[in-house]
Amino acid sequence: MKINMPRWFYQLASPKWSYDFMGILLPWFATAALLLLGVGFVWGLVFAPPDYQQGNSYRIIFIHVPSAILAQSCFMLMAVASGIGLVWKMKVAHIVAKSAAPIGASMTIIALATGAIWGKPTWGAWWVWDARLTSMLILLFLYVGIIALYSAFSNKSSGEQAAAILTLVGLVNIPIIKYSVEWWNTLHQPATFTLTKKPAMPPEMWLPLLVMVLGYYCFFAFLLMARTRLELLERENKSSWVIALINEKI
Amino acid sequence: MLTVKDLSCERDDRVLFERLNFTLRAGEVLQIEGQNGSGKTSLLRILCGLSSSFEGDIFWQQDNVHEKPTVYLRQLLYVGHHAGIKASLTAEENLRWMQTLHPLLNRCSITYALKQVGLFGYEDVPCYALSAGQQRRVSLARLYLSAHPLWILDEPFTALDKKGVLEKELLIAQHVRGGGLCILTTHHDFDLPDIAVRRLNLDLLVTA
Amino acid sequence: MSFFVHTLQRDLLLAFRNRNDIVNPLAFFVIVIALFPLAVSPDASVLSTIAPGIIWVAALLATLLSMDGLFKNDFDDGTLEQVLVSPQSLVLLALGKVFSHWLMSGFLLALLSPLLAVMLFLPTQAILALVSSLLLGTPTLSLIGAIGAGLTVGLRKGGVLISLLVLPLYIPVLIFGAGAVQAGVMGMPIAGYLALLGAIMVFSLMFAPFAVAAALKLSIRN
Repeated sequence: MKINMPRWFYQLASPKWSYDFMGILLPWFATAALLLLGVGFVWGLVFAPPDYQQGNSYRIIFIHVPSAILAQSCFMLMAVASGIGLVWKMKVAHIVAKSAAPIGASMTIIALATGAIWGKPTWGAWWVWDARLTSMLILLFLYVGIIALYSAFSNKSSGEQAAAILTLVGLVNIPIIKYSVEWWNTLHQPATFTLTKKPAMPPEMWLPLLVMVLGYYCFFAFLLMARTRLELLERENKSSWVIALINEKI
Repeated sequence: MLTVKDLSCERDDRVLFERLNFTLRAGEVLQIEGQNGSGKTSLLRILCGLSSSFEGDIFWQQDNVHEKPTVYLRQLLYVGHHAGIKASLTAEENLRWMQTLHPLLNRCSITYALKQVGLFGYEDVPCYALSAGQQRRVSLARLYLSAHPLWILDEPFTALDKKGVLEKELLIAQHVRGGGLCILTTHHDFDLPDIAVRRLNLDLLVTA
Repeated sequence: MSFFVHTLQRDLLLAFRNRNDIVNPLAFFVIVIALFPLAVSPDASVLSTIAPGIIWVAALLATLLSMDGLFKNDFDDGTLEQVLVSPQSLVLLALGKVFSHWLMSGFLLALLSPLLAVMLFLPTQAILALVSSLLLGTPTLSLIGAIGAGLTVGLRKGGVLISLLVLPLYIPVLIFGAGAVQAGVMGMPIAGYLALLGAIMVFSLMFAPFAVAAALKLSIRN
């Protein structure tokens, strides 16, 4: 497949270029993440007003919602990176997807755990087979499968390509899974009290939430780039630029 | 004509060979030599498109194999380490399946091929009931049906008796004399009457 | 297309020669279902409510059980790599093999299911829903499972991994399949469920063979 892409796209394919480029961006995202998360945290946990129904227990959404959003965005990013990796045979793209997988899985676990903690005071149970929670659980299963596939191959680049195929298959399936789970949910349970479709949130609540979401994205970008750079160094350990880099540091 | 340009192969962080260049013309035989683990099988698998851990280009006639795989694969017959036969099918059924895979395998003369490899009368026996050498013969029987210009054979003589080896050597000689190409690996002392065998030693290549 | 037919013929012949491979998943299906009355309760009212779910889950696991061997033999004896060095298309090979796998697993499971429905006291009016949902749903299970089988065929410990990869993707089929049977129990129309199962099947039929071919290519070239 030959599609002409802009120059920067091909530059990204060079491990050295990507390594340096991410090195420049890294401190910016780290600072932004620190600031946004700090502000959002204090704002959300201290200054935002308590909910008229749930009191203070609702404040867990400042963790729960950004994690859930990130868990899904991360899968999209992995799918895009996997697609690029497979079509253009781009090693860096595969490495990005690989580095993203554990972050996405962690975000999913955080979303599930905070959901459960939130569920206890709200629903009176740690776990409820609610459509969103169930979809999240299935997303976690997908992540686990992908990570298991990476580690099953002794040849790293084969493992990456295999996981890329699985990621794309998973991406095609996610809408179907979501639809089926929602349908199953309406079939088996009367409409429960849904958490985010509440009467519109007042700005004092959603503004800090927005800050937290942005902070999470920056944190995610920071983490992803740091992990990708590390993996690049490991994988390119015989190439001249890594050796030069190491000699420089010693 | 098969041309290999700047072929390098690295497996598990170990360089097997680097910047390999050669051209094989019609009527030539190339024997790949080297110790165990020197990359003979890897090289053959790369030439067949069965391995992707390499850099460099392979050309069949003038075309890059990577760009026109089907054109190339139509011309190629590969016999690998695995016999490529199903144990629960009979010799005849196995050869019939190979014929569906390869348009260039002669359609009608399975009996002839089995006669040539000394398995006439065994065509209805499932292959698991045959000895290792006989299974190898079933696998090699396709050479008698082949009209492929390029043969790539990985240790074709293993498990064959002396007579069998001699017959296969004659077959290869006949194939090459008719304008075919053949690349093979073998630990066997290998010489063909009237035909110069080119040799490529992978051990020497790395040290050089 | 003739390559598809040849592959199908060859695989059916192979399945016929190794009949155990056909019988084992079916026996597994029956035994797993027989465990439920022993573990839960032999009470007809209890069993009939959980019967749709049990039969569907058991069918899903039985399909998965046979999935591991789909490409394994061909990979081990070298016939798979021979297809890759031939000008024939891996996509057609995948289609042929999956179709023969389905005939030997999902199709037979569907034929066997009325018997188990009787054992679990599933109301008679739901049996049609059970058989038709299995007939429409199991091809998707075979297609998606083949992707997992293709990805893991070169690995030594593929068996458990394949279920990890494939089971999450089976969920929609499970939901709509079991849903159809439950609707059948309640005497509600099942056409909508069947339409959805059919749509998912057509969708996977369009995409899965290509993913399987890519996975096989990758596993061989590893």
